[in-house]
Amino acid sequence: MKIIACIKQVPDSEAKVKAEGGQVSWGESPLVINPFDEYAVEGALQLKEANSGTVTALCIGPESAKEALKHALAVGADEAVLVSDAALNALDTQGAARVLAAAINKIGSADIVTFGRQTLDDGSGLTAAQTARVLGWPMLGLVGHMQVEDGGASSPKGIKVHRVIEEGRQIVSAKLPAVLSIVQSIGEPRYPSFMGIRKASKANIPIWSLSDLGIPAPTAFVTRTELITPPSREIVCEIIQGDSPERIAETLADKILAEKVL
Amino acid sequence: MKTFVYIDHFKGEVQLASWEALGVAKSFGSASAVIFGSGLDALVKTAFEFGADEVLVADDPSLVDYRVEAFASTISALASSRTPDLILFPTTARTRELAAMSAMDLNTGVLVDLTDLLLNGDKLVATRPIYEGKLNETVVCSGKPVIATLRARAFPRPAQDKSKSGTATKVEAKTDSPATVEGYEVAEAAVSVADAGIIVSGGRGMSNNPSLTPPASMDEKQAEAWRAQQGFKLIDELATVLGGAVGASRAAVDGGYIPYAHQVGQTGKVVAPDLYIACGISGAIQHIVGIRSAKLVIAINKDAEAPIFKVARYGVVGDLFQIVPALTAAFKKKLGK
Ligand SMILES: Cc1cc2nc3c(=O)[nH]c(=O)nc-3n(C[C@H](O)[C@H](O)[C@H](O)COP(=O)(O)OP(=O)(O)OC[C@H]3O[C@@H](n4cnc5c(N)ncnc54)[C@H](O)[C@@H]3O)c2cc1C
Ligand SMILES: Nc1ncnc2c1ncn2[C@@H]1O[C@H](COP(=O)(O)O)[C@@H](O)[C@H]1O
Repeated sequence: MKIIACIKQVPDSEAKVKAEGGQVSWGESPLVINPFDEYAVEGALQLKEANSGTVTALCIGPESAKEALKHALAVGADEAVLVSDAALNALDTQGAARVLAAAINKIGSADIVTFGRQTLDDGSGLTAAQTARVLGWPMLGLVGHMQVEDGGASSPKGIKVHRVIEEGRQIVSAKLPAVLSIVQSIGEPRYPSFMGIRKASKANIPIWSLSDLGIPAPTAFVTRTELITPPSREIVCEIIQGDSPERIAETLADKILAEKVL
Repeated sequence: MKTFVYIDHFKGEVQLASWEALGVAKSFGSASAVIFGSGLDALVKTAFEFGADEVLVADDPSLVDYRVEAFASTISALASSRTPDLILFPTTARTRELAAMSAMDLNTGVLVDLTDLLLNGDKLVATRPIYEGKLNETVVCSGKPVIATLRARAFPRPAQDKSKSGTATKVEAKTDSPATVEGYEVAEAAVSVADAGIIVSGGRGMSNNPSLTPPASMDEKQAEAWRAQQGFKLIDELATVLGGAVGASRAAVDGGYIPYAHQVGQTGKVVAPDLYIACGISGAIQHIVGIRSAKLVIAINKDAEAPIFKVARYGVVGDLFQIVPALTAAFKKKLGK
């Protein structure tokens, strides 16, 4: 079984992100694999373990995004591919989906492609469904549990998943190949092993350009016109004191009522 | 401007931000509510009450269950034939997928999870938080129709006029989908922390009540979750008195204290209540990013150094097992309940 995990590289959530000259800046803060995509990798590895096969990590980004792919290799992915091209600087999610779909086709014969729920930087949560639409494969979103099912000799394999939705869990099945977005309920992402880190540091990660993929640069529909630093709210915390929990609660309730939020 | 507003619901239970989107659409011109499912009369009436000029309904037994491909195709076909200028969705997990796919079909872009949307001449200019709310960006969409999803509670909810009613316009349902819905494991009650005006949240501190004795058959982890579940009853009581929802930190969800649907934060829900009461939550950055838009934050924590106090307006340094029940009692008295 061939599984592809799509991952992005983003600034760490501790980063002090600022607007500087119309650009986003995060200073010296480290870039990491998008935390949501750690579940995409974890899910892919679980699928590989249960069904045997290989995991390829796939990323669109600058050359430095190889570090995120190395993280995927260090936790157990078998291969990694970086798509990098100067023409991809102003990519929106539609564009990312077209490029990812082209790369998925070039890697070839994938049974399952896993995504994270959303990115930490743009936070769109659109790309997985858009990639599924380009590929024409079923989209199984917000998967927290999954099982590959043998379709018998004449029929392709299928997959049954639990989708973790607002109202509980929806159980859905589809034939492979399919696109999955994977969420936290799948289990904690594993840590890189010592051997894994060594393997990753030596790995040869191919870089594909748009011409390698045989597609033109997608035009972006969505463009940013301005970047704004939200006004910082200076909050001073007033600690409520009292000689008993009842007194404290009394005072706190009065303070809350005075704020007229109820 | 002609706008479609997708009314997001689960078996008739509507995501309230749908009505907020309807209000925005009305302020731009004509608003057509779009509803999919079966047996939707009550919802159609409510859409008219919230101000829809027309209600377009795809009523088909196969649309009772949400299946993204069929729903997206139905939206795309409808938009192709009726050519709206704008399609609005409330931002929910379902609508991110639907907006995403329809945009692919209609060859346009999605302005996602907006906190503001203005009509400047005939150009729509949107604002959205990025980098976990550390920055805002304004964005425009060059495609047509413009597709946009609106963050819950970022736009005013229009008044409901119960005297209004109307007749739904039937539209064609596209029912093709490569996936089969096998069933549900539904949580006891639908939780929608994203829609809630008041949220009382519990964290790992909920399990820290040594005075409780769990059943002897339990191992360490089960006992911890059991203790915390007793603790969450206190949270639930306070939330009930205030008419709010129950939230949780990731540590509480990972510990098995409460289902994932309640989780607030980076890998959970971004919320924007008027009042957020954090109990036994330390205030890790990944939790804080989920509550940046909360108007009033209250922290109850026994550790005076906990970072949650840096974002709270009022705090109590103390044992939540004493403070929370006392606060419930105080509100019961003051609110006459
Ligand atoms: C990629 C990533 C994503 C994440 N996403 C999220 C997310 O979406 N949401 C989220 O919440 N976290 C998230 N986290 C986890 C986050 O970093 C913290 O680990 C988590 O928020 C801690 O939860 P907590 O505050 O309940 O637990 P703790 O940090 O353990 O804090 C428990 C608090 O309870 C207090 N306490 C204990 N007993 C009592 C008592 N009897 N009375 C009063 N106070 C008491 C303690 O003083 C302490 O401050 C994420 C982490 C990562 C790495
Ligand atoms: N540049 C990228 N390279 C690879 N995968 C990506 C990229 N951008 C987004 N993705 C995938 O798409 C998911 C959703 O991203 P988004 O729609 O941007 O929130 C992410 O969690 C990743 O799995």
